[in-house]
Amino acid sequence: MSKLHIETVVNGEPAEFLCSPDETLLSAIRNGLGLTGTKEGCGTGDCGACSVMLNDRLVASCLVLAAEAQGRSLTTIEGVARGSTLHPVQKAFLQEAALQCGVCTPGFIVAAKALLDVNPAPEEEEVRYWLAGNLCRCTGYDKIVRAVLDAAAEMRSARV
Amino acid sequence: MQTTRYEAPGTIADALSAIAANPGAMVLAGGTDLLVQYQSGMRTPSAFIDVKRIPELMQIASDAGGVTIGAAVPAAEICANATIKTLWPGLVDGVSLIGSTQIQGRGSIGGNLCNGSPAADSVCSLIAGRGVAIIAGPNGERQVPVEQFTVAPGRTVLGRDELLVAVRLPKPAPHTGDAYQRLIPRSEMDIAVASAAVSLTLDATGACVAARVAIGAVAPTVLLVPDAAAALVGSRLDASALQQAAAAASAAAQPIDDKRGTVAYRRQVVGVLTRRVALVAAARAKDR
Amino acid sequence: MSTTPTYTAIGTRPVRHDGVDKVTGRANYGADLSLPGMLFGVVVRSPHAHARIVSIDTSEAAKVPGVKGVITGRDVPLVDAKLGMGEGAMDLKDMSDNLLAREKALYHGHAVAAVAATTLSAAREAAGLVKVQYDVLEPVLSVDRAMEPGAPILHETMVTQARPPVEKAGPTNVAARMEMKRGDVEQGFAEADLVVERVFRTPTSHQGYIEPHACLARVNEDGRINIWTSTQGPFLVRDATAMILGLDAANIKVTPSEIGGGFGGKIPVYLEPLAVVLARMTQRPVKMVMTRDEVFRASGPTSATKIRMKMGAKKDGTIVAASASLYYEAGAYGGSPAGAGMMCAFAPYTIPNFFIEAYDVVVNKPKVAAYRAPGSPMAALATESLIDEIAGTLGIDKVEIRMKNAVKEGDKAPFGPPYGRIGFLEVLDKVRDSAHWKSAVAPGVGRGLACGFWFNAGMSSSATVTLGADGSAAVVTGNPDIGGTRAAQALMVAEELGIPVERVRPIVADTDTAGFTEITAGSRTCYATGWAVVEASRDVREQLRARAAKVWGVPVEETRWEHGQVVPVNPSAERQPLTVPEIASKLVKTGGPVIGRASVNPPMAGPAFAAHICDLEVDRETGRSRVVRYTAVQDVGKAIHPSYVEGQMQGGASQGVGWALNEEYIYNTQGVMENAGFLDYRMPVASDLPMIDTILVEVPSPGHPYGVRGVGEVPIVPPLAAVANAMADATGVRFTELPLSPPRVLEQLTREA
Repeated sequence: MSKLHIETVVNGEPAEFLCSPDETLLSAIRNGLGLTGTKEGCGTGDCGACSVMLNDRLVASCLVLAAEAQGRSLTTIEGVARGSTLHPVQKAFLQEAALQCGVCTPGFIVAAKALLDVNPAPEEEEVRYWLAGNLCRCTGYDKIVRAVLDAAAEMRSARV
Repeated sequence: MQTTRYEAPGTIADALSAIAANPGAMVLAGGTDLLVQYQSGMRTPSAFIDVKRIPELMQIASDAGGVTIGAAVPAAEICANATIKTLWPGLVDGVSLIGSTQIQGRGSIGGNLCNGSPAADSVCSLIAGRGVAIIAGPNGERQVPVEQFTVAPGRTVLGRDELLVAVRLPKPAPHTGDAYQRLIPRSEMDIAVASAAVSLTLDATGACVAARVAIGAVAPTVLLVPDAAAALVGSRLDASALQQAAAAASAAAQPIDDKRGTVAYRRQVVGVLTRRVALVAAARAKDR
Repeated sequence: MSTTPTYTAIGTRPVRHDGVDKVTGRANYGADLSLPGMLFGVVVRSPHAHARIVSIDTSEAAKVPGVKGVITGRDVPLVDAKLGMGEGAMDLKDMSDNLLAREKALYHGHAVAAVAATTLSAAREAAGLVKVQYDVLEPVLSVDRAMEPGAPILHETMVTQARPPVEKAGPTNVAARMEMKRGDVEQGFAEADLVVERVFRTPTSHQGYIEPHACLARVNEDGRINIWTSTQGPFLVRDATAMILGLDAANIKVTPSEIGGGFGGKIPVYLEPLAVVLARMTQRPVKMVMTRDEVFRASGPTSATKIRMKMGAKKDGTIVAASASLYYEAGAYGGSPAGAGMMCAFAPYTIPNFFIEAYDVVVNKPKVAAYRAPGSPMAALATESLIDEIAGTLGIDKVEIRMKNAVKEGDKAPFGPPYGRIGFLEVLDKVRDSAHWKSAVAPGVGRGLACGFWFNAGMSSSATVTLGADGSAAVVTGNPDIGGTRAAQALMVAEELGIPVERVRPIVADTDTAGFTEITAGSRTCYATGWAVVEASRDVREQLRARAAKVWGVPVEETRWEHGQVVPVNPSAERQPLTVPEIASKLVKTGGPVIGRASVNPPMAGPAFAAHICDLEVDRETGRSRVVRYTAVQDVGKAIHPSYVEGQMQGGASQGVGWALNEEYIYNTQGVMENAGFLDYRMPVASDLPMIDTILVEVPSPGHPYGVRGVGEVPIVPPLAAVANAMADATGVRFTELPLSPPRVLEQLTREA
């Protein structure tokens, strides 16, 4: 069985990996690229723990083939912070205690950032529906939603 | 062990060749059904033919006569399209419900149709809107009304050597509105237990002059229900007409018991949804 | 009323110390570690819910390229012992049989063999080639069926462990029967003005942690074994693995990874001993990760239950008698939380006459594991529904009726001892005063109130606190941090030593490094391990006093500790107070490093009481409902880090809401679960819930240095009944079977119409 050689851009840097034709992008990210921040919670696209950005679209990487990354651009949780500066969403999650066990947190942060990149002033209900594809079992979502709304406010005031 | 292969043709012709060369291959659009089925072992294609690099399948083209939506266009793009939002809000209702934001970034109406599930969220509105499937094959192009596309759960009229390229919706008459609703236990993330789409046209006095009603998840395929439409046509969407339409929808349903709902439940609720959806469609028609 | 102590660190909300790693994806969970030469282990599972295993042929599997080892039950020795496991004990014989079936497959998904190969796909291919011959038997899928005469028997040797003993003890599917009583329950019912009786049913439901079980085992050339695993109890993994495999625990080191949720489900071991056997056999590291499908089918959900409960009250709302029969499914082996359910059912109320019995019943489903206050939520559904019904019938306010019957300090708990200082009345007071309770109920909405009780474990914990030369401190324990206990421990050290919390490093260590500690469970970590942390910090303080005494050349009795510094009793020009950093800088000169240590085994924490208010909007035409407002009130003793206490309340509430509305294992007649995934096992998503308001009541738990009570479990106890009572309020119909899924609701509403 011969592997495919995939050239892609990951978190702003050129990257490459070998993968089986039927391997998922999630597997390539975690194993091929060694980026274990993206998690597998279900493998069926129902929990969002594997959320990444593929060319500006928020996707569940367990339902994308690794081969599809060819010539495209990926952002994972490892690419959200800028060097040592946390993104406002990350800071808000820490301030609001929006994580308990933390395993769903990378997926939520990628998803929340994707929301704020297209909608800088979401209402609570919009935040909840946008994040409906990210399961959390620890928090009941309350502090997560507050963190996202806080981050949105913070980002809006920074822009002024 | 043979591993499934992966190919990504750049043109329809190349895709048709790849399909012909790989019996047992399956077309990959968003993968949100196919990859789940692959990983569970339910489907074992010999190759994935990824059609997302073919321009005709990835574009939305509006013209005077209607809109042609590429089979692999992600749901999020359909829902953001200004023309579609204005003329077919009922389609947006359905498409926007195909799963989470993450699924919306990938799932397509082509995949929704070809998966052949009667619970597919986009199909009711496509049928209500007189959608036509545009199919490419070795002998050229053919067209099939969407309500004839799926023949049984998981089975469509698509030949092994054919490719679904797009779905075309004809421009609706003035004062036409459409809507879609589904019943799911949570607020998101569930497969429809019952669903309904209505497209109706009002005259200047507010009377219904045309209607199409499609119900989903309550039969082996999405069903067009002419009796429900007939109950609405000529009426002013009064309680009695709505009740008749609901009853017609319930009567047309052929539901099953499964882990998501019972026969009785589906039959009752599809009627409720038909009534509610007709009212939303009418309100939208007035605004058009 | 005693004066409330003022704290500088306790009660504040610093950013947790492990937070940055978790928001950047750097924190390593069970599946995130890999080692060179690693093999992938895959389990072969029974396709039958009940079958005799006739033979297993692994020869085809072993031939698959890349396969390095295949094992079956024959490769794991039979043991016969019990191991204490937090809120229960598990027979190691049963645990071992659960790891790899010997004679019978007892549930669909029961492990029968395991394969290790160089790639995951080779391992899966080989797993599919293991040929098992089964003699298929009729499955038993409910307590009703299990207890029917003539029902298939799961374990030929099972006899009912019962107090008092039962007449015909075996063979049976009833693993145990227990009872408690007080007064004369028949007389009590005779004197009641109103008697209500109902049968309640709750489904099998799962803890639903987002991280599947995962571990990595490596055996060194000298026989030392390293296990990296996502677990609530690294010492338990070590000891269970050692006892099951007949190995010396001293040769096993377990390093807990970060844990992506547990709720009790990551107390048992499912993979680690298998990974160790395969690692020893192949002399290569072996990684094993469950799929989500396997988590549902083959880990430890909680019991489905049937509860018949009867309650009698006077016209004025005084409860005079109550009786209940609790039937809890244990799954494939005995050991459901029926006993705990029995103890909790009447715990919040003074009931002069009661009789309650509990049955632990085996069925052909996965062996149940602990799930957050195990046994209590189901019992509370019954108790709180009947109180709600009695209040409604008698026209008594739903808070008042509970206050009238509420237990107070000195009242005898149903399970024996008198309550110490408890905060149930205070909790009910806060409910009555809350904005939620005082607000009007919107049209189409029903409001439900329910209360809950849970004991909080004590058990052994150890801690060490090391002081650095720069005046910073490290605190080391062996308790995995599921909900923010590192932050709480850091706050305690900061409080005790008077140093900033940012200067404290909380560390969760492996079993070689940390002193023995019992599991992270039972709402005990902040309480008991925290107590050890406090004691260890005080040990440091005493040592600092001795060092200051040396610096000043005075006996240690002439020194005093005073928040963050040692103060001379007799100050002078040469004897001025020394802060912690100042003493720390002199450690080398005064005797070397300072390490404080403590080992505690405190009594159970004061129990926790909670009350939840749920507003539920119900669509009567479709049976679909939605929580539109929710408030959780709880006596937390003392909130060390209030954000994480609130988080426990909100998380427990939402698990309970899911359990009440949509979560259930759906089985077909063959005992196969039909919804083993997050699509059709419907846990609440973000758009299903509103903000969950929390009201923290602080009635300190006597004995603990800060008055901490366990807070993590009781929040799941009230929601089942709170939602059911809200549904009753909204529809006028009493629902006694969960979940309240739309088809079930509509069906009952249609029937009652």
